[in-house]
Amino acid sequence: MGFFSNIFKSKEEKEKAKKMKIGLNKTRAYSFERLKEVLLKKRKVDEAFYTELEEALLMADMGIDFTSVYMDALKKRIKKEKISSTDELKDIIIDQFKELYIDDNKGLKKNDSGLTVYLFVGVNGSGKTTSIAKVASLLKTQGKRVMIAAGDTYRAGAIDQLNEWGEKLSIPVISKKEGSDPSSVIFEAIKEAKSKGCDYLLCDTAGRLQTKVNLMKELEKIYRVIGREISGAPEESFLVIDATTGQNGLNQAKVFFESAKITGIILTKLDGSAKGGIVLSINNALKIPVKLYGSGEKASDIDFFDIDAFLYSIFSGILTEEE
Amino acid sequence: MSFETLTGRLNMALRRFVKRDYLNEKDIDEMMKEIRLSLIEADVNIKVVNSFINDVKQIALGEKIMKGLNPGEQVVKVVFNELKRVMGDDEVKINFKETGVTVIMLIGLQGAGKTTHVGKLAQYIVKNYSKKVLLAAADIYRAGAIEQLKKVGSDIDVVVFEEGKEDPVKIAFDALKEAKKNDYEVLIIDTAGRLEIDKALIDELKKMKKEVQPDEILLTVDSMMGQEAAQVADTFNKEVGLTGVILTKLDGDQRGGAALSVKNVTGVPIKFSGTGEKMDDIEVFYPERMASRILGMGDVLTLIEKAEDALSEEDSRKLMEKMADGSYDYNDLLKQMKMIKRMGKLSGILKMIPGMANISQLKDIDDNQFDYVKVIIDSMTKEERRDPSIIARSSARKRRIANGSGRSLTEVNRLEQMLEKQMKTFKNLAGFDETKLQNMADKLQNGEIRGFDPDYKSRGKGR
Repeated sequence: MGFFSNIFKSKEEKEKAKKMKIGLNKTRAYSFERLKEVLLKKRKVDEAFYTELEEALLMADMGIDFTSVYMDALKKRIKKEKISSTDELKDIIIDQFKELYIDDNKGLKKNDSGLTVYLFVGVNGSGKTTSIAKVASLLKTQGKRVMIAAGDTYRAGAIDQLNEWGEKLSIPVISKKEGSDPSSVIFEAIKEAKSKGCDYLLCDTAGRLQTKVNLMKELEKIYRVIGREISGAPEESFLVIDATTGQNGLNQAKVFFESAKITGIILTKLDGSAKGGIVLSINNALKIPVKLYGSGEKASDIDFFDIDAFLYSIFSGILTEEE
Repeated sequence: MSFETLTGRLNMALRRFVKRDYLNEKDIDEMMKEIRLSLIEADVNIKVVNSFINDVKQIALGEKIMKGLNPGEQVVKVVFNELKRVMGDDEVKINFKETGVTVIMLIGLQGAGKTTHVGKLAQYIVKNYSKKVLLAAADIYRAGAIEQLKKVGSDIDVVVFEEGKEDPVKIAFDALKEAKKNDYEVLIIDTAGRLEIDKALIDELKKMKKEVQPDEILLTVDSMMGQEAAQVADTFNKEVGLTGVILTKLDGDQRGGAALSVKNVTGVPIKFSGTGEKMDDIEVFYPERMASRILGMGDVLTLIEKAEDALSEEDSRKLMEKMADGSYDYNDLLKQMKMIKRMGKLSGILKMIPGMANISQLKDIDDNQFDYVKVIIDSMTKEERRDPSIIARSSARKRRIANGSGRSLTEVNRLEQMLEKQMKTFKNLAGFDETKLQNMADKLQNGEIRGFDPDYKSRGKGR
């Protein structure tokens, strides 16, 4: 049984993969003729095939390091397992990604004995605030009591942006005036969330480039303050990454991991034409799994990340005939 | 990646130290593989990389290897020049209308930095052209967008036109009417972030363009973007028509290959770069800096070029020989310093070396040190200059030189010790042969050895 015949067991799963595929028509710009010839017309595997496969990965922003790790493993396997049929080849291309992908903490962690805190960090414009609104909405639809801390006290309009979302979603937002110390905003939000008996507190932070030492120090402080108030918190520390991000994503992940012990990635803007392959490179280097992905501007445009669907979206039109 | 590793990698690709005057095709092919990887690492779009490599190869073929450069450096220089040429060569001025309101639209993906750069651009125009600027808040979709622009406007003291969450095309049109009525010279329209493949929102931009007839449509591009930058910019350009690009978030540590991709596929000039979160963090785009950055090399090529001008090969070879046979003296030191001084200020030169720009000690580097050393040497007798050992032996001579030059005895001692150390280092280089000598000369020319530094420690390790 081939991968593509059994991966989408249920209709629901297939819909999900399709949804992820929204706008993923970009590979057309690059034709990958040899890949198609081999995979669809059953030509022989040759160097040109490998070169094109490699370029397909690089085009998806997976980066040179990850791509060469992947290609080496794949070539070895094809040789060892004496792969001859194209169906097996397709399976193995996908399977090799899954073999390299590390996800040992599925789902979202929570504090069983009280308030659960999630921290959202990332560079400017990656989509933190929108992602918070989406996660808040997701939790709310599950019947949880959610509160948001407006920890981005720096960017003009950030607090207004969250307040606007809060009103729309009927979720309380704790904020101070622009320019306040973000740690103190979050400190007070934790007190408030505890006293109101909330299940979740989602903490926004200002966008910061990982090269800004002072801002990274500020983030360390925020992280410390949360841990001091609730032992074991934040249960999740999300790095929000834009799917268009190139190789700098790896630097981002490394530095943010240092300052805020990243537990998972939220991959945003996957409805765009970019594929977000950098997350595989980050996963390979730092073992951080992707937890959620965003694919639109509505509060409901968020879902749990699914590696199968993700790979399907990257290779749609290459491993399969265009639908 | 540093300068040394890229050129090092290129030379490694040749697997042997080629010493020839011209680059042959095989050498170049080997090196192009490394350049290709380097550009992909820098996020240049693969298709762009492939065609770029092709062009560079043609140029590099038959290129004469310049004196003092090794083949790797020569190829990097060709690549660098071509990068610079592709990304630059354009007039980066804003297209202002001679009379009436100049209309500028900022467009782009979500989170690229449009609103921030509307503010920065407004401040830039006010400061540099003293024009009266009006901003229009036409992002009605993102929560808080109008508030953000209003805050930006009040920070820089520029009026913001807004009509709440009305039709963006109407807002832009009304803003233009307002601008005309109130003698504004420039109108900058902040549009909502949108995907280039979102047909409805792209149509909105087309309509807006038709209504306000903008003089500039600037695409804001996040310089951290990966492979997709080419496609995104190409689609925006084909759909809406761009007049320029603003490259944002250049204060990060990304190499910014997106700049090359975008320029290559659209052909429109990159006019500005955003380099921070403050309102004055905007500057005109420097293709040369961007080329160095994409190659991951600081401004080191500028250094090479300057070094090439300042140090003739013959001069430096002579000095090397003198160092090698132990006849190097204060006259030579002075000569060497003069040659280096022609390259410019020491602190400026050091800043061109990757990784040095942020070193706080740089602030303490005293460019006058050259002059101090010069007056000390000037206070020496001819004999002393030719034979450093007689100074080394006599503290009376040192005191006299210190008094004569007006510098402290410590400085005289330091200079003396430095010269001695310099000599020792060079002597330690076991068995000088032609290749090694050439190699040293190369290093000297590249500024990798700082033979004139009074605080010279064991830096000239040779190899």
